[in-house]
Amino acid sequence: MFAPAPFLLKDVSVSQVMIQVCVALIPGIAAYASLVGPAILVQLVIATLAALLAEAIMLKVRGKPLALFLTDGSAIVTAWLIALTFPPLAPWWLVVTGTVFAVVVAKHLYGGLGQNPFNPAMVAFAVCIVAFPALMSQWPSVGLQLGLIDQMNIILGWAPRVDTLTGATPLDAMKTALKLGEGSFDVTTLLANQDIYGNFAGRGWEWVAAGYLLGGLWLWHRKLITWHVPLAFVASLSLISGALWLYNPGQFASPLFHLLSGGAMLGAFFIATDPVSGCTTPRGKLIFGAGAGLLAYIIRVFGGYPDGVAFAVLLMNLSAPLIDLLTQPPIFGMKDKA
Amino acid sequence: MLMNLFKFKGGVKPPTNKTQSVTLPIAQAPLPSRLVVPLHQSIGGMPQPTVQAGDKVLKGQLIGEADGWISAAVHAPTSGTVLEVAMHVQPHPSGLDALCVVIEPDGKDEWIAHAPLDYAAMPPEAVREHLQQSGVVGLGGAVFPTHGKLTASKTVPMEELVINGAECEPFITCDDLLMRERAEEVVRGIGVFRDLLQPKKVLIGIEDNKPEAAAAMRLAVQTLGETFEVVQVPTLYPAGGAKQLIRVLTGKEVPASKRSTDLGVQCFNVATAYTAWRAIAHGEPVVSRLVTLSGNVHAPRNYEVLIGTPMGELLKLAQPHPDTDGIIMGGPMMGFLVPDANVPVVKATNCLIAHSERLFPPKAPEMPCIRCGSCAQACPHELQPFEMYWFSRAKNFGKTQEYNIFDCIECGCCSFVCPSRIPLVQYFRFAKSEIWAREREKNASDQAKARFEFKQLREEREKADKAEKLAKAAAAQAAKKAAEAAAAAAATTETNGLSADAPPAASEPAPASTVDAAKAAKMATIEAAMARAKAQREAVQPKNTENLTPEQQKAAADIEARRIAAHLTEPEPVAPASEKPE
Ligand code: SF4
Ligand code: SF4
Repeated sequence: MFAPAPFLLKDVSVSQVMIQVCVALIPGIAAYASLVGPAILVQLVIATLAALLAEAIMLKVRGKPLALFLTDGSAIVTAWLIALTFPPLAPWWLVVTGTVFAVVVAKHLYGGLGQNPFNPAMVAFAVCIVAFPALMSQWPSVGLQLGLIDQMNIILGWAPRVDTLTGATPLDAMKTALKLGEGSFDVTTLLANQDIYGNFAGRGWEWVAAGYLLGGLWLWHRKLITWHVPLAFVASLSLISGALWLYNPGQFASPLFHLLSGGAMLGAFFIATDPVSGCTTPRGKLIFGAGAGLLAYIIRVFGGYPDGVAFAVLLMNLSAPLIDLLTQPPIFGMKDKA
Repeated sequence: MLMNLFKFKGGVKPPTNKTQSVTLPIAQAPLPSRLVVPLHQSIGGMPQPTVQAGDKVLKGQLIGEADGWISAAVHAPTSGTVLEVAMHVQPHPSGLDALCVVIEPDGKDEWIAHAPLDYAAMPPEAVREHLQQSGVVGLGGAVFPTHGKLTASKTVPMEELVINGAECEPFITCDDLLMRERAEEVVRGIGVFRDLLQPKKVLIGIEDNKPEAAAAMRLAVQTLGETFEVVQVPTLYPAGGAKQLIRVLTGKEVPASKRSTDLGVQCFNVATAYTAWRAIAHGEPVVSRLVTLSGNVHAPRNYEVLIGTPMGELLKLAQPHPDTDGIIMGGPMMGFLVPDANVPVVKATNCLIAHSERLFPPKAPEMPCIRCGSCAQACPHELQPFEMYWFSRAKNFGKTQEYNIFDCIECGCCSFVCPSRIPLVQYFRFAKSEIWAREREKNASDQAKARFEFKQLREEREKADKAEKLAKAAAAQAAKKAAEAAAAAAATTETNGLSADAPPAASEPAPASTVDAAKAAKMATIEAAMARAKAQREAVQPKNTENLTPEQQKAAADIEARRIAAHLTEPEPVAPASEKPE
């Protein structure tokens, strides 16, 4: 006879986990929306719809129970991460392309939920930034105040994309300025320009980062993530940026700038912590987080892309299985032998 | 008393559901209409029945004799008549049958003569022997024969004796009530264990959700003037796992591959101590135990129940609700649905939970693992359940062993927390049983192979011996002939009047005789080879020729003879080098 012990089960489910991740993103989203306008909400809706549709089609094709998997919430998390990492005024089809690619290729072609070796949202980001580098680096100019209708028109392609509307992220702006300036600018003077950089890392962007931090801490409090990945990520990013900043503050920005700009906080708490494509052992998580932080910095500062979090996470995804294998914790009663 | 407690990693906090069954004192369950007493109620050898159908038995009478050192005797739970000694379905997830003694009670519940034992005056071996004969086994559920754990290791000093009163599974309260109501006898039983093992310390661990039990035990310890420490441990499943409790109380971690005595610790359940004391102070063998009746019932309570009582009949005492659709034996974390409501209560039965869908809703559909790691965080043995799951699913059992699947105690914590609702423990049970089955198969085929090889070897040797004998005989024959020929030659020479300085007599005919001998040897080896071929044919005869009637055998022999006559069976030309003809 079938013995289904344990008979008692904790009241948890995959969809509850995913929903809580979404909830944790809300403070960051709120800050983001108040910074760049309601466009981001439109992008979130577009991405969500695209993800659910792609998910449904793929489930159908693969003969999986639709209701069960469509409600697991994993596609929505992917969609939201895509919407939050893509430029908010990106044309709708860019977001849809990214989302569909993430769901169809990065997730389902690898076996669906739980089987993807790479973080689907980051795969989408990487693919799009390689395929559409210009569109992927056009961010709303600082201080741009457009109403919902105007933003919608841009996203849906009904209004022309005016170059003056868009600019670069602070990270990108700094990188470009340093490159073009050929030494005539230094970071300190650049950062003094509060129009772009605000107090720490871009006008308003600090608040977005703080929102993600808040949500991330809540996830940790809810035990949905452990402290290992975010802490290691933040620590390694701070250490390397701190070391170089101390070495030459004129050439390298401060750790605070790096932590609060771009995708650092989102990456540390929501992307690098993705359990499916990340490491699972405690030591593995530390290595994963630290590696991602370090690579993100290197790519950001020395690489060709404005932000390095996506590529850093993908590179660490690649090494996660090996890291896990090499960091198996000793089991109960076997500690002295390990 | 302040004590430094240690933590074990992992563990979960399922709702305890214990308050329902502790409101009333322990009650005596009435005599059932029939008792089905399985003979194999403890780990180890299968006790042999000492009674047969029709025998009258008294309460406490031996009905099954311990088989070997790791085995414990089984006794009649009440007086009555043995109806049969037969196979009956067991309270085991496998639902398999086992040999049982079925007794019809006569209602008198008449004891055999039994008397207290002056154990202080007895050598330890005699005490252990007595416990074995009284059927004292671990009543926490593992039913390991208790006497087998009462010898201290010769090399490692016995540091701590740990007494398990943690009872961490939800719903179960029989140990709680036992400690509340019969603490003194429990403590006296612990005293016996202490005397046999001579530990430096005795620690009684009780989860802190049982303050009454802890207080009663403390009082009893005090009253009896013992130095045992009653320690309240945090309520966390599975704090009542022997290894977890040992960890919490002593900080020692006992790996799966080791016995706790190797680390100077031994652990017994409180109920075991109680029955040990009854066996010594009253000469009562284990014929009953406390059972919690709970779950989907109207009147949850603890009962003193005779071993062998049919579970369905017993559960009626607690008035199960009409939607009850099964009985769980044990707790909801590690228990199992019994295969039949009539299976008997055995020594391992600590709790019966009436199962209903309302109480235990059907599980949500299984989703893929999202590697969230919750299972690894919950695992008290610090395993990586999702890795073991992955490889169990892939039937890559070697890998599951690399991830230490045999250290899994099947506590169910991982299944409990998994958001994907994967029945992880089941995968591990499956993997373990597959690995065992393969081992068994391998052992069996190894043995068969060894047997076959040995047989072949023996036949080879026999053949070789035979050939050697034949060759020797032939050589002797040839030598004799040669000698005769030589003699004849000598005679001829003599008659021919050859000179005395003629070559030595044997010199000339000698070559001829060696040739003769060689020929004979060759013949002999050929004969030997034929014999060998015949033996080989016999050896490879198909199995279905084993049990032939004389007629069939004769017919077969005739056919064989005809085939030989027709040269259909030439001897094989192959022969070991040593005896190869030139
Ligand atoms: S708890 Fe379940 S979903 Fe999470 S890692 Fe373990 S098996 Fe996978
Ligand atoms: S059942 Fe096994 S793997 Fe699961 S938590 Fe318990 S010991 Fe760990």
